[in-house]
Amino acid sequence: MSMFWTIWISVITLGLIIGCYFLLRWCLSNQTGVEEGESMGHEFDGIIELNNQLPRWWTIMFYITIVWGFIYLALYPGLGAYEGLWKWRSSNQNVQSLEESAQAREQASANGYLVEYDRELDFAAEQFDPIFEAYAQIPVEELAKDPEANKVGKRLFLQNCSQCHGSDARGQNGGFPNLTDDDWLYGGSGAKIVETLTLGRSGLMPAQLPALGEQGIQEVANYVRSLSGLPDVDAELAEAGKARFMVCAACHGMDAKGNQMLGAPNLTDTTWLYGGSHRAVVETLTYGRNGVMPSFKKTLGDDKIHVVAAYVYSLSDE
Amino acid sequence: MKNPHELIEKNVGLLTVLILVAISFGAMVQITPLMFQQQTMEPVEGLRPYTALELEGRDIYIREGCVGCHSQMIRPFRAETERYGHYSVAGESVWEHPFLWGSKRTGPDLARVGGRYSDEWHRVHLINPRNVVPESNMPGFPWLEENTLSGELTGKKMEVFRGFGVPYTDEDIAGAQAAVSGKTEMEALIAYLQSLGTHLK
Repeated sequence: MSMFWTIWISVITLGLIIGCYFLLRWCLSNQTGVEEGESMGHEFDGIIELNNQLPRWWTIMFYITIVWGFIYLALYPGLGAYEGLWKWRSSNQNVQSLEESAQAREQASANGYLVEYDRELDFAAEQFDPIFEAYAQIPVEELAKDPEANKVGKRLFLQNCSQCHGSDARGQNGGFPNLTDDDWLYGGSGAKIVETLTLGRSGLMPAQLPALGEQGIQEVANYVRSLSGLPDVDAELAEAGKARFMVCAACHGMDAKGNQMLGAPNLTDTTWLYGGSHRAVVETLTYGRNGVMPSFKKTLGDDKIHVVAAYVYSLSDE
Repeated sequence: MKNPHELIEKNVGLLTVLILVAISFGAMVQITPLMFQQQTMEPVEGLRPYTALELEGRDIYIREGCVGCHSQMIRPFRAETERYGHYSVAGESVWEHPFLWGSKRTGPDLARVGGRYSDEWHRVHLINPRNVVPESNMPGFPWLEENTLSGELTGKKMEVFRGFGVPYTDEDIAGAQAAVSGKTEMEALIAYLQSLGTHLK
């Protein structure tokens, strides 16, 4: 803050406090022209307004407030660029990027500033970092057996993951996978779950209308549904669909068992990410699907991701 | 004058003027200097103006009253930054006119909601929030999916924002209508939400 604005703020602020002092002094003197304790000349229903002094307790509190004002402005940064004797700040405010924010935190602590927000973070780091660091040493598969770690993981899951996967982690229809079964789009090992959480996933099923045409989509839908033994399948159409399945095999494999490298689902089981009804499968084939799992690296950080991954692993490992 | 205070007590107009004078001292100290501070005027390094579609989405956000329940201001408390990300900084809001920081926190803060959910999640959630979050008490906005944008005024809006100092180029403004025309309000709102808070890098 420039010198001009520092002076501007200081002069007005201090001037007003001093002004309050003189206003109080002036109000304590008798300006009414009426003797102390005499009537001001107003009377309503026998109630008379007397010219009384300001109450003593109230006046003393006013003086204390004025003194407190000066003490506060000396200790805290209230006057423009003046930093205050305690070098206290609520947070590092003048930052333009996350990098600058981290630098500001280091600088503030090196220069002896008392940054309230940083202090909160340091306190929490002292409490919780050792716990997460200890967990980070244990492989996900092992950590999943630790009930204490799972309690932590569950809290983090409810906070960050339940919006899509549900608070019971059973997912929701419309592309939000169930995490409690043994069916994994990208692999269910500890390392794969960590990878999914860290980097996020984007599973793209392209629209097949241009490649298959409407008739083709009917055929392939019947074939795909026949693979998992669903009812109401037209055997003739399914047979025709089988011939067209080459288009799909690139991702889902010739055996239609999917490909975890691409996140292509297994089409022969009974798990349906977007519904297994004829109508839902036709919709998937016609318009395609794009299932996005956001990256949680920035939100949670590696150590917390490790604990969440262990919790998710524990859900299907029963 | 026997009792100068009586003059103020018995003259409401004068009382009003003097109250305004007293309050303006506070404003002179609290507000005026901020208008000339580098840190409240300089955009953060990664800031870019809203695209035409995001700008329309922002107007839908205002129209539907989202700001009545959702703030866009992460305060520097660990309890908030753990959940939402880095606290909001002044340089992120320099091109906001008006800012949508809000003050009522019925729903979660949205200052950094961009990238937290997939587009599809937003679509399902905006049509009926209980389809994905059973505990939610947010109303559904199913009509967003049905209404389409004409983009007739989008360019004009960008010009107004340029007047406020937002660096829109002539090409931005010329291409605004084409960029939003035919898009649904749902797409616009999701584009806006996905952009929120992603510029502080």
